[in-house]
Order: sequence, then C-alpha cells, then structure tokens
Amino acid sequence: MSLQQAVSEIQALSARIGRTVQFMEVCGTHTMAVFRSGLRALLPPGVRLLSGPGCPVCVTPNQYVDQAIAIARQPGTLVTTFGDMMRVPGTECSLERARAAGAAVRIVYSPLDALKLAEQNPGTRVVFLGVGFETTAPAIGWTIQDAARRGILNYSALCAHKTMPQAMAALAASGELRVDGFICPGHVSIVTGTGIYEFLARDYKTPCVVAGFEAADIAQSMAMLLHQIAEGRSAVEIQYTRAVTPEGNPAAQAVIADVFEPSDENWRGIGVIPGSGLAVRAKYAQHDASKLFATVPVPPSREPAGCRCGEILRGVCTPSECPLFRKLCTPATPVGACMVSSEGTCSAYYRYAAEEKQ
Amino acid sequence: MTNQDLILLGHGGGGVLTHRLIAECIAPALKNPILEQMDDAACFPAPGRNLVFTTDSFVVDPVFFPGGDIGTLAACGTLNDLAMQGAKPFYLTLGLILEEGFPVADLKRVIRSLADAAHSIGVQVVAGDTKVVERGKGGGIYINTSGLGVRSPRTSVHVANAKPGDAVIVTGTIGDHGMAVMSRRQGLEFETALESDVAVLWPMVEPLLKALGPALHVLRDPTRGGVTAALCDIAEAATCGVRIRQRAVPVTPAVKGACGLLGLDPLNVANEGKAVVVCAPEAAEQALEILRRTPLGKNAVRIGTVTDRHPGAVVLETEIGGERRLAMPAGEELPRIC
Amino acid sequence: MCLAIPAKIISLSGAEAIVEINGIRRTANVGMVKDPQPGEYVLLHAGFAIQKWTEAQADEYASILSEMEGLGGVEER
Repeated sequence: MSLQQAVSEIQALSARIGRTVQFMEVCGTHTMAVFRSGLRALLPPGVRLLSGPGCPVCVTPNQYVDQAIAIARQPGTLVTTFGDMMRVPGTECSLERARAAGAAVRIVYSPLDALKLAEQNPGTRVVFLGVGFETTAPAIGWTIQDAARRGILNYSALCAHKTMPQAMAALAASGELRVDGFICPGHVSIVTGTGIYEFLARDYKTPCVVAGFEAADIAQSMAMLLHQIAEGRSAVEIQYTRAVTPEGNPAAQAVIADVFEPSDENWRGIGVIPGSGLAVRAKYAQHDASKLFATVPVPPSREPAGCRCGEILRGVCTPSECPLFRKLCTPATPVGACMVSSEGTCSAYYRYAAEEKQ
Repeated sequence: MTNQDLILLGHGGGGVLTHRLIAECIAPALKNPILEQMDDAACFPAPGRNLVFTTDSFVVDPVFFPGGDIGTLAACGTLNDLAMQGAKPFYLTLGLILEEGFPVADLKRVIRSLADAAHSIGVQVVAGDTKVVERGKGGGIYINTSGLGVRSPRTSVHVANAKPGDAVIVTGTIGDHGMAVMSRRQGLEFETALESDVAVLWPMVEPLLKALGPALHVLRDPTRGGVTAALCDIAEAATCGVRIRQRAVPVTPAVKGACGLLGLDPLNVANEGKAVVVCAPEAAEQALEILRRTPLGKNAVRIGTVTDRHPGAVVLETEIGGERRLAMPAGEELPRIC
Repeated sequence: MCLAIPAKIISLSGAEAIVEINGIRRTANVGMVKDPQPGEYVLLHAGFAIQKWTEAQADEYASILSEMEGLGGVEER
C-alpha cells in the first residue's frame, strides 16, 4: 500500500469512527521518523500521535549518567558510548561537559569498536555504556561473551538496558491517559518476535501494530489500527512484514538469555518498573562495570527541579505545559533528557510546535 | 632536516632551530617577494580601496582525510570567507601551533597543500609565525590563517539582503566534507569512496558577481552546521522565511548511506567547497547557467525560495508532502543509534 | 530506539563481514543471523546484523524508498 493510499484510508476510517483516537508510538525512532517526514501534517484532526518512553536516552535516569561520569574520571579508564548519551544531563553535568573537564570519554559507532579499543590498549579499562532496548542488548551481550571467551579483562559494560512490554503495560494500566492503540517498535520486534505484545491486546484490549520506519510504513500501521477500532477488535498485527516475524531472532534472544537476566529497572519520570530491565548475569561479573566499579563514589542523584520529562514520557503532559520548556530548557541548553535526544518529545515539539504557533 | 625528524620544543624557541624549520619546511613552498623580506611584518601597498579582512582557525581531526588535509582547509576556509563577501583574495597570513613530536614530513605535506590552494588563485602567504607546545597538549597541528581581499564598492552580498521571492540555490551535493572526515575518525571508521569537497570558491563566485551584480543578494558557505545553519542565519538576519523542497536537495548516495549509518541529517553536515546563493527570482536561471559552467558549480540546483511567511524560520517541505522546521543545529552532530 | 538500515554483505570471515550501504563499507558482525552469504542483505544496527532479508524483502524496501525518493539524489555528472 502506498503512502497516499494509507493516508486516504486513515481519513476515511477516522471519519467513520467519529471520535478522536490517540495512538502511542512507543519507539523514539518512530517519533523521529514522524517528525522528520512531516507526517503529522497529513493526518486528520481525529487521529493524534503521542510519543512514548521509547528513546533510550530519555528514559535513562540521572543516576546512570552520574555513575558513568564518576567512572570516566577514574585514572586509567576510558568510557565509550553511543553519541546519543553525550548530552544527557546528569545531576552535576553531562558526559560532554565532563570530557571537557578532562574525563576520558569517546563516542563510538558500535560496542565492537569499544572492544577493539580495549584490545589495543591493554593498560586501559575500557567501559562501554550499554543503553538501548532489546534491539541493542544483543550487541552488547555479544561483546561481553567475546571478551570473556578471549580473556579481554579490561573490557566491561555499564548496562542499563530496558525492555518494552512491561513499560507499555505500565502505561496501558496507569489509566492516566487513553491509549487507543500502540504503534509497536519494529526493530525491537525483529529480535523479540511479536508474542511479547499479545497480553496488551488480550488483557488491556489495546490494538497493537508492529510498524516499520518509513513514513509509508507508519501511515499504513495507523490505518491497520483504525481498522481494528472500527471493527471493535484488538490484536497484534505486523505491518513491517519485510523484517519482522512472529518468532523473532532466536540467536539474538539466546545471547540476551545467556548474558542478561530480567531486573527491575528505573525509568526516568516513571520510576521503577518490575522486570523491565536487563542486568548482567553473575557469570559475567568480570565484565560488568556496575560490579567492577561498585566502590567508585557517585554523588547523590536528583532530577532537575521543575522538569516534567517524566509526565511527558507517560504522555500525560505536552512539552508546552512544562515550565522550563523553551525558557531554561532548549536544544542548546537541555535540562531534561527529552530535550537532549533529537528524538525526544520535547526537542521535536520545540522545533515542530514552533511551526504550529504561526 | 630529514623526513624522519620530529618537531622539537626547540623549534618554537625563535633561535637557529626555528630558522632552519622555516627555511627548510615552511618557506620553500610559500616563496614570494613579500614573505622573503623575512621581517617581523609584511609591507605592501594596499591592493585596493574596499578592503575585506577575516581570520579562521583549523583544528580538524584527523589531520589528513580523503580529499584534503588541514593545510587545504586552512587556505580554503579563509579564502572562501573572503569570496562569500564578494572579495577577490590577495594575501594570507599563517599561524602554526605544532605539538612536540609532530612529524616534519607531515608538516611539509600540510604546508604544500596550503600553498597549492592559495597559489591556485594567485594568493600569497605574506606573514606567519610558528609556536611549539609540549607533547600531549595539542592535536598534532593547529593552524590559523587571516585573509585580505578587495571588493568592488558596488558589491553587497550581506546575509541580511535576502528578499521574499528570492531563489535559494546550492552549488552542489551537500555533506561531502563532514562525512569524509567522520569516516576517518577513530571509533567510527568506515571505508568510503567519499571525498571532502574542500576547494577554493573564488573562481566559481567571480563570474557570478560580474554577471548578476545587484541581483545577487547573498553568498554563504555552509561549513559547520551545514546548509541548515546557513539558511537559519539568512532567515534570521533578513527576518524572512525560507522554504526548501527536500526532493530538490542534492545528496550523493554515499553521503545518504553514511548519514543513514550514523543517524545524521545531511542538511546539518559541514561542506567546504559549496555555497548557498540567494538571488533575485528573475536572475535565478542565469545564476544556475553561470554556476554550471564552472567545475565546482556543475551540480548547482535551486532548492527553494525566500518567503514572507514565518519570518525567521526555515521550513523543509518533505518528500511526502509534509512539513518540518529546520532548527539551528545545537552543536556538533553526534552519531546515534536511536 | 533503534536505527537500523539495510546493508549488503560483500565478504565474510567467521562472524565478521564487510557490508556495504550505498558505497559505504564497514566491518559488521553477522554472528546472529542464520547462514549469511555474500550478496545477501542484512539489517544493521550498531555494527550488528539483527536480521537477514530475502531478495523480495530488499526489493520491497527499495520500492518504498523510490516511491518517496526523488530526493534530487545526484549521480556524479
């Protein structure tokens, strides 16, 4: 189905349903794709898109950034990270600011590059900041397995990986907001398969469609959600059939199962969600930076005063309702994490909403 | 000095070592009568009445990248800033800050690149200075260049000159320089046929100035922050809106691939051999014709229009017919996974 | 949450492959996809192939892109 066909189907179905529906795109990359394609301009007023807690930067709590900075300041260590984490504000400052003050921090494209740096610099303790969801966790898991296999003892990862289903359930159950349907993360589902969303459709009666990342994919997914609503049913369907299968990627799932175990994880603005994270198993403790650097003191963490990123992540408040938005908190001077990430709700609204106001 | 030599702290001391370094590694490539006075300052008659003067510093990492090096960049960056004011470049100065241990062979190579770029349009390096810092205090080599040019009194291509209705043109494919440099940065390496577009723009700009005269409103080189930053500067200074069509923006497949890999937007990536040209609508066809006759402007294309709608804001009409605002990039584009 | 883009396998050695995206080449890990072969397409995320595409799936992606494309992409003149 082409983009134009999907958009006209959305308009027809929205008219037929006759009430405003709210779909949550849980994945930050979907938020980015919607924002960069300008898809919102083609949607009828009766179909609204909410951005959910799906950007690994936005949901990472201050405490994690503070710990990463404390480690980076240790002599003989080099913290390596995806670019996404550089500007996330910790309690005191960001990794970018800490690097300017002398902490050893370097951006890499892949954890494989970090492992290579560890091999090339045996005297340096190379720590990789393992953030991201089920799509990214296998990559870090692989490097931990490889380091253990080849005895690269100066490589470790500080992991704060999160998993999607429990967070989606927390949102659906919270009753704070009406989610008429989930646009489910395409690349997470490549790894996990689509079974992880079944309970949302079954127990919470919330339609779910696993979407790809081109504008045509997202539009088609919204048409499929509207069909479910119009027909009064809720199921898990796959729009991104060119990449996602119901069973997922068994090899990647095996890496996750071997290296990680489910853990309770703290989500910025939402708090601790049971079983919503992945912790490194004891058998890989010598590559688990949270164990290796457990004695490194981390200053007490607190979230910035007045910042409503948490409620924005839960979709119950829009950026313009946050007192800091556009005043203290701008893309160049981010206060909350949702403004830091180019996919964060606040940075998207900062740029996009400026257009609506005119 | 042999090519195996390294820069020593002594080379920054102003004594025999400094003189040998200049005589053997710097002066030969820059040879010209003014520099050969070897005095503390360059003396020359003013090359014209309306002088244009600028300075720029260069700290690119890595020092050598596909398509050029810090020497090419140090010449082109400053010469292009003069060209963007419609000024014919005449003279450059050269300030070098070298790190102890920087290979002499690399220094010679950088100075050769800088000289080639400057001499390609008859510009002379007429004054300079060299300092050396302790090992670990510098990135190998930093360069500052200042440039002096002359502009015709009738020329005004100030960034605030843009008017609603004006055509917005880019002189070729965007993002080439930034992605070529990033492909060599440690931790991000990727193989690519991509090369930096670093080049001296004056030969492309001169015919445009002559032919269009007052119809040429703005010239801007979209270096750091890319085309987005250049357009944001124009929109803000001229308090007009700018609308560009994503379909019209020329991006090579290799840059699209590299940006896709790292999650970057080509519109925000640096260029070192391109210009954003804003001219009166009736002069647009003529401008494109002139540009396309020059080697650097062969891929010139109109990407949008200045408007009186949403003054101060730049809006991209996306491929699918949607819209989004192009905000001034916050800082250096960081590769991301999400 | 996770940028991933299709890349073509150029050569293989064990779990490591050289992959290509529009002429950009990079090493990548293909240890988590079944029986990777040169010429096949994989979805690359943070240096790892997380999925393998059949020819048909690669063509579908290409058609979606071309439908939107027209991005003034300039072949070298």
